[in-house]
Amino acid sequence: MSTATDRRVPDDQVAPGEPVTPPGGRPGRDALSEMSHPHRGRMAKDVVARIVMWAAFALAMVPLVWILGTVIGKGFHMLTTATWWTGNQRNINSDDFGGGARHAIEGTLTMVGFTALIAVPIGILTAVYLVEYGRGRLAKAISFTVDILSGVPSIVAALFIYAVWVTTFGLGRSGFAAALALVLLMIPVVVRSTEEMLKLVPNELREAAYALGVPKWVTVVKVVLRTAFSGIVTGVLLGIARVMGETAPLLILAPYTKNFQRDLFNGNFPTLPMMINQDRGDFALSTAAERMWGAALTLIILVLLLNVIGRVIAHFGSVKK
Amino acid sequence: MSTVTGVSAADQAPGPDGKQPLQGDRASTGRFGDRLFGGAATVSGVVVIALVSLIAVFLVVQAVPALMNNSESFFTSRVWAPGGEKPAFGILEFLWTTVTASTIAMLVAVPVGVAVALFITQYAPTWMRRPAAGLVDLLAAVPSIVYGLWGLIAFAPVFKPVQGWIESALGWFPLFAPTGISGGTIFFIGIVLAIMVLPIVTALSREVFDQTPIAHKEGALALGATQWEMIRTAVLPFGRPGVISASMLALGRALGETIAVTFLVSALSDGSPWTWSLFNGGETFASKIANNAAEFSNPGKTGAYIAAGLVLFVLTFVVNSIARVVIERRKAFTE
Amino acid sequence: MAKRIDVTDLNVYYGGFKAVEGVSMTVEPRSVTAFIGPSGCGKSTFLRTLNRMHEVIPGGRVEGKVMLDDQDLYASSMDPVTVRRTIGMVFQRPNPFPTMSIYDNVAAGLRLNGVKNKKTLDGIVETSLKGANLWNEVKDRLNKPGAGLSGGQQQRLCIARAIAVQPQVLLMDEPCSALDPISTLAIEDLINELKNEFTIVIVTHNMQQAARVSDRTAFFNLKATGEPGRLVEIGDTTRIFNNPTEQATEDYISGRFG
Repeated sequence: MSTATDRRVPDDQVAPGEPVTPPGGRPGRDALSEMSHPHRGRMAKDVVARIVMWAAFALAMVPLVWILGTVIGKGFHMLTTATWWTGNQRNINSDDFGGGARHAIEGTLTMVGFTALIAVPIGILTAVYLVEYGRGRLAKAISFTVDILSGVPSIVAALFIYAVWVTTFGLGRSGFAAALALVLLMIPVVVRSTEEMLKLVPNELREAAYALGVPKWVTVVKVVLRTAFSGIVTGVLLGIARVMGETAPLLILAPYTKNFQRDLFNGNFPTLPMMINQDRGDFALSTAAERMWGAALTLIILVLLLNVIGRVIAHFGSVKK
Repeated sequence: MSTVTGVSAADQAPGPDGKQPLQGDRASTGRFGDRLFGGAATVSGVVVIALVSLIAVFLVVQAVPALMNNSESFFTSRVWAPGGEKPAFGILEFLWTTVTASTIAMLVAVPVGVAVALFITQYAPTWMRRPAAGLVDLLAAVPSIVYGLWGLIAFAPVFKPVQGWIESALGWFPLFAPTGISGGTIFFIGIVLAIMVLPIVTALSREVFDQTPIAHKEGALALGATQWEMIRTAVLPFGRPGVISASMLALGRALGETIAVTFLVSALSDGSPWTWSLFNGGETFASKIANNAAEFSNPGKTGAYIAAGLVLFVLTFVVNSIARVVIERRKAFTE
Repeated sequence: MAKRIDVTDLNVYYGGFKAVEGVSMTVEPRSVTAFIGPSGCGKSTFLRTLNRMHEVIPGGRVEGKVMLDDQDLYASSMDPVTVRRTIGMVFQRPNPFPTMSIYDNVAAGLRLNGVKNKKTLDGIVETSLKGANLWNEVKDRLNKPGAGLSGGQQQRLCIARAIAVQPQVLLMDEPCSALDPISTLAIEDLINELKNEFTIVIVTHNMQQAARVSDRTAFFNLKATGEPGRLVEIGDTTRIFNNPTEQATEDYISGRFG
């Protein structure tokens, strides 16, 4: 938004097809002489570069295909066993086959649900502050700390919650403590994605609302947030997907249990990442390895499901001009 | 109530309070709703600042007593015995492993990631661009514990002969000297980290490359530049700050990556000799803390791990701040 | 339902920059006043101060006095939200709310301010759309998105939205500059009808338009780039166009600059 609204160039003064000015420092005569006799070295370099780029992409696809192939290949049959979606791991040892993952699926969903419940309002309101209200030093400071927070390693977030929750307050490790650590990791994701979406809302819509005599907060809630709604939902879902696979906070704060456990506030708590971690020492046993792959595939499916839903909402919910 | 008459039927809002600031954004008024909502937004922002400050404060406060009791030099010792009567602990090994593995990750991920970004934005046929970008993003959606699992069971056995080959060809060079360890070496962890952070490098680089002004590109092409010359003279210089900050963010992730490293790492036994070899084992900050979470039995011992975590926090803080500064500078140029 | 605006010695600032200097004028009720002048002369900036819309831009402030009949728009007890409800505005580019239907767009100003009664809303939506000469074109698709209309229809929709809150004054900031000639003509016809009910101020780049639609014309100019814009003269449109007092006005109108 330029400061003086008057300085727009009227439509009739925009010359169609403005002359293209090349960036400075381009060779003049040499380029011309070379152009008429395309230099073989230059052409060869161009071809090599093209090959390198394609190769890089192919290279990047190798681990993707390999990982997904392995996880599906080794984990899929676990998902088709009768107990996988209904049972838990009670009384099942590393060298026993099967058991269920329902306790861990429920646990993971409960935990990220709770995380979102805390992180989403803080994240959205912070983004609203940054885009709609923030000016000057406070906004700069907030924006900076959001960046710092997004760079905080999950293990450090977990240590911090441990230092507060367990060492200082003397409370026990629990699913809730782990959820608090996940909140720290999720807030910056929600803030940044919401911020992007709010910035996409054209200023003209805000002005239209103000000009109708609508107070600012109503404008923000009913016009700005409403317009950006689907994008915000997408960002939240991607944020949930991001924290769903986090394991470090669970290692520190929420010890695993093989049983059903729906109480976030007391005792051990089952989650999919910790279910994978549980059999880590016994990966040489095929029973344990199968269970790990099965849990990994289940986790990936949940994460991808959130990603897909998020993208579908973004696609169909986006405002068409 | 203000006295402008003939106002719409809607005008039931509370009156003005006349205490607006004399300058600035007065779209926000003294209305109750405005004060409440604006207040809530401000409070949320302040909460975020408070949280980050508290992280630093709590880590420092709980690390200091442990550090005071430490009988070893914290930065230069390789001993880790924080329990017992006379705690002794140093982070040299973690620092070395963490930084070296992350450096290897960067050396691989940055060139490949940038090349992939160039492929997606400049070389791929149009129909392929979105799916290709989606596939790379998919790599980012894979939870890190799955990388750990895959690295441990699927990748490590395949990598073993590669390591053997490098050792036999370059083993005379200290960095590649054989140590008898295979599997969770620093080098191997670096490669896995490279795969994990590649999508970060690619996604952000792609974004800046896409923003290269068409005038710059056409200017180069109009002078008879080949596509590669156009990329070198127009796209890469324009995207450089973006690539740098992307690399810094990726480095931050690599430094702090926990669970994948914890799955892969080969812990060294106490008193094992120092070696510069990348084929050595050794814990990173994150894996050491994660592996010993069950041992946080007393404040002194926990404090030692928190001190290690604090160093990791500072490392990532510095790296991310550099990324931020680079981005800000670029903004100053382009706006 | 129309009021007079009296402006006395108004200066407009954005931060440290003085955008408009020393404007005094009277805008007559139930008439159309056009602001003309070269780019950057401050006419749009000045227009926005008439309903305090300049305040939504950081650093925007004024010195001087703006009276709506006997009310000081800048009195400390005056709520800018109330001012804007009394003095509506139509923008350069049509800006219907993209998430809302045609009906919802027209009803937006009332709904967002808490009016819920369906009957009241139905009535006002119909009157406003009729008032904006849009009713016949959209009455069968009131629930379709407002963004699906043509540019000219969208602009009339925005006018309907503005008059739905029953303002005293309607400010129009180059309302036709983004429209084709036929849509422009439709808007100009509409302005002619609306002036029976509202006080209208229109900023335009197009001198023929000013001549066609306005009763009075104000010419703004600036001495040089970076200098604040000033009001050069204001008077009956016919006089400004045929017999301007100031040389600058004549130069501008005869196309010698601008």
